[in-house]
Amino acid sequence: MSRTITIEPVTRIEGHARITLQLDDAGKVSDARFHLTQFRGFEKFCEGRPYREMPALTARTCGICPVSHLLASNKACDDLLSVGIPATAERLRRVMNLAQLVQSHALSFFHLSSPDLLLGWDSDPASRNIFGVMQGHPQLARDGIRLRQIGQQIIEMLGGKKIHPTWVVPGGVNEPLTAEKRDAMLALLPEGLEIAKESYAFFKTLVPKFHQEARHFGDLQTLFLSLITPEGDLEHYDGLIRITDAHGHILEDMVPPSEYQRLIGEAVEDFSYMKFPYYKPLGYPRGIYRVGPLARLNNAESCGTPYADVALAEFRTLQESGPISSSFHYHYARLVEIIFALEMMKRLLKDPQILDHRVRARARSNQNEGIGVAEAPRGTLIHHYRIDDEGLLTWMNLIIATGHNNLAMNASIRQVAEAYVDGANVQEGMLNRVEAVIRCYDPCLSCASHAFGQMPLQVDVADPTGRILATVRRG
Amino acid sequence: MPIPAPPTNVRVVTFQIDGRDYSAREDETIIEVARENGIPIPSLCYLEGLSTWGACRLCLVELAGSPRLVAACATQVAEGLQIYTDTPRLQRYRRTILELLFAERNHVCSVCVSNGHCELQALAQRYGLDHVRVPYRHVAYEVDASHEMFRVDHNRCILCTRCVRVCDEVEGAHTWDVMGRGSDCRVITDMNRPWGASDTCTSCGKCVQVCPTGALVKQGTSVGEMTKDLHFLPYITRRRHNR
Ligand code: SF4
Ligand code: SF4
Ligand code: FES
Ligand SMILES: [Fe+2]
Repeated sequence: MSRTITIEPVTRIEGHARITLQLDDAGKVSDARFHLTQFRGFEKFCEGRPYREMPALTARTCGICPVSHLLASNKACDDLLSVGIPATAERLRRVMNLAQLVQSHALSFFHLSSPDLLLGWDSDPASRNIFGVMQGHPQLARDGIRLRQIGQQIIEMLGGKKIHPTWVVPGGVNEPLTAEKRDAMLALLPEGLEIAKESYAFFKTLVPKFHQEARHFGDLQTLFLSLITPEGDLEHYDGLIRITDAHGHILEDMVPPSEYQRLIGEAVEDFSYMKFPYYKPLGYPRGIYRVGPLARLNNAESCGTPYADVALAEFRTLQESGPISSSFHYHYARLVEIIFALEMMKRLLKDPQILDHRVRARARSNQNEGIGVAEAPRGTLIHHYRIDDEGLLTWMNLIIATGHNNLAMNASIRQVAEAYVDGANVQEGMLNRVEAVIRCYDPCLSCASHAFGQMPLQVDVADPTGRILATVRRG
Repeated sequence: MPIPAPPTNVRVVTFQIDGRDYSAREDETIIEVARENGIPIPSLCYLEGLSTWGACRLCLVELAGSPRLVAACATQVAEGLQIYTDTPRLQRYRRTILELLFAERNHVCSVCVSNGHCELQALAQRYGLDHVRVPYRHVAYEVDASHEMFRVDHNRCILCTRCVRVCDEVEGAHTWDVMGRGSDCRVITDMNRPWGASDTCTSCGKCVQVCPTGALVKQGTSVGEMTKDLHFLPYITRRRHNR
């Protein structure tokens, strides 16, 4: 008799979702699905509003990555103004984006995933959390909290608020940086880099232990999509789109983000509110691709900062050849990116031009369509607006980082469930692995559903008739 | 602001506000005396320099010996009055009035260009309005962004008519009017044509400056950037009195 296993809510991810494991007559996993069960219709209620409200409005899709929306949205607005923003404004925005990367990656690695990595997927769920980590590895837990704080403090110094800063505006930023703030930010960076390097060195020693997980946690043959610099290096704020295949061949290169619609199609499935983007030329679902830290490192030729480049070289040795294929290594990639972000912030802040007073270009909307793309911690974030001649929004499309990974997350759940879930004897630790593979992607479901507020997830086990046999619901 | 050249034959009366003795000319309103003496009475539709409207009811005060509350902006002082400006009953009423204003239209301060510089928001903070006990109406109102320099967002309008009065009484253009009844009321420009198509609007911006909320704002402002400057109003009215 076949059965379905549902995991809901998936804990330690941002949002509310459900995983369904379909069992066949032999009790083996035959299908696995990741559903988003909430929908907010964000695009709808932005219609008719002035485009200048979009940065603040869209930032409210998420309490976790508001800065990413703020940047992508303001870039779309810059496009509507059709002005070039002052160089210093761009650098300041870059610093904010990197600080967001540090705090978001720190949250994902230390708070959400380190309990599994350090305590084990089968450990007691009651203490399998950051507090449990605090007991066994107090230094690491403290470091994680501190690292996140450093990212948040820099965002706060720039934007005046940790969450939802309004300092970034269409055309640039609304206030230049003061020398005092610059110095205060620079003073935080050495400690952050120290922590990042130590955590990275420690995690490296653990990686060989996770040989099994690396093979089953979404070891997929997919394409990788990310922004890169014109030189082909790691990029988070601007740049051009590169798509590589599972063998590292470049399929698309130096594509201006404004042409995203040529590359990306969006499929809809009735079992989830989250769309399924795919690489158009390969069709659906063959055009499966991944975004985020793993894709960015796979696509980049180099990071461009000293320690991060050493770490990148080590990252490439995780596999004998080709792009790193296992989603388990998102964790590794995150640590490399934290190092990069801290080094890059230092470089940007050390440049005296960062204090320049010219930080805002003023203009009204000069075209009716604007596209803004940036790399959010979780991957490429696309904001696309159309406005009428008076500047009121008539249409919008958001492609959220988590959305790009939808196909890959579904494939990964299936892989991990096939490897670990025994339909005859469902154990909490098995289902936790299913959840954990989702956490590799660090999905932001409140963003993906464009819903307001936080949503918690659940795993259901169902038989071929759809009858739910077991449910695990936590968080 | 003391109005220069007071008319003759006006009596001076004595009365109490919150238990303290005051005296003033009998043609002054309670709110004027309160403002001169630094007694905070909340108001939204009242604005020094404009005619009295008396619509928002936030300035309600209690008079000893009378169960009826009176609007401080529309009531003149009189000999022997005992006025109370901040009783628990008044606080309760004011809070309720504010809640109704928030429930009537769509105020999302965190994304509003007037965030941090809004009279309605400031009053809500002052009266500890952390939630609204009546259901929101959730009716979507339009935004008219047809004017070169300004924009009206009816979602944020509280129908105080300051814009109507300043445009008529100070600028002399009379572009603004109020149309409709009850909660369907809307401020309109030039017989309900788009603001940008108005023949009478001189683009002076006085209405934008006096609007207490984020309903009338300058184009090109982002969240929290719309600050208003009311200084021109007493200045203009004083000059007129001097003439
Ligand atoms: S007009 Fe005032 S109260 Fe209304 S949303 Fe804007 S800031 Fe808030
Ligand atoms: S637009 Fe502003 S000034 Fe005019 S009635 Fe509405 S809230 Fe009052
Ligand atoms: S201020 Fe008196 S009624 Fe509005
Ligand atoms: Fe998010």
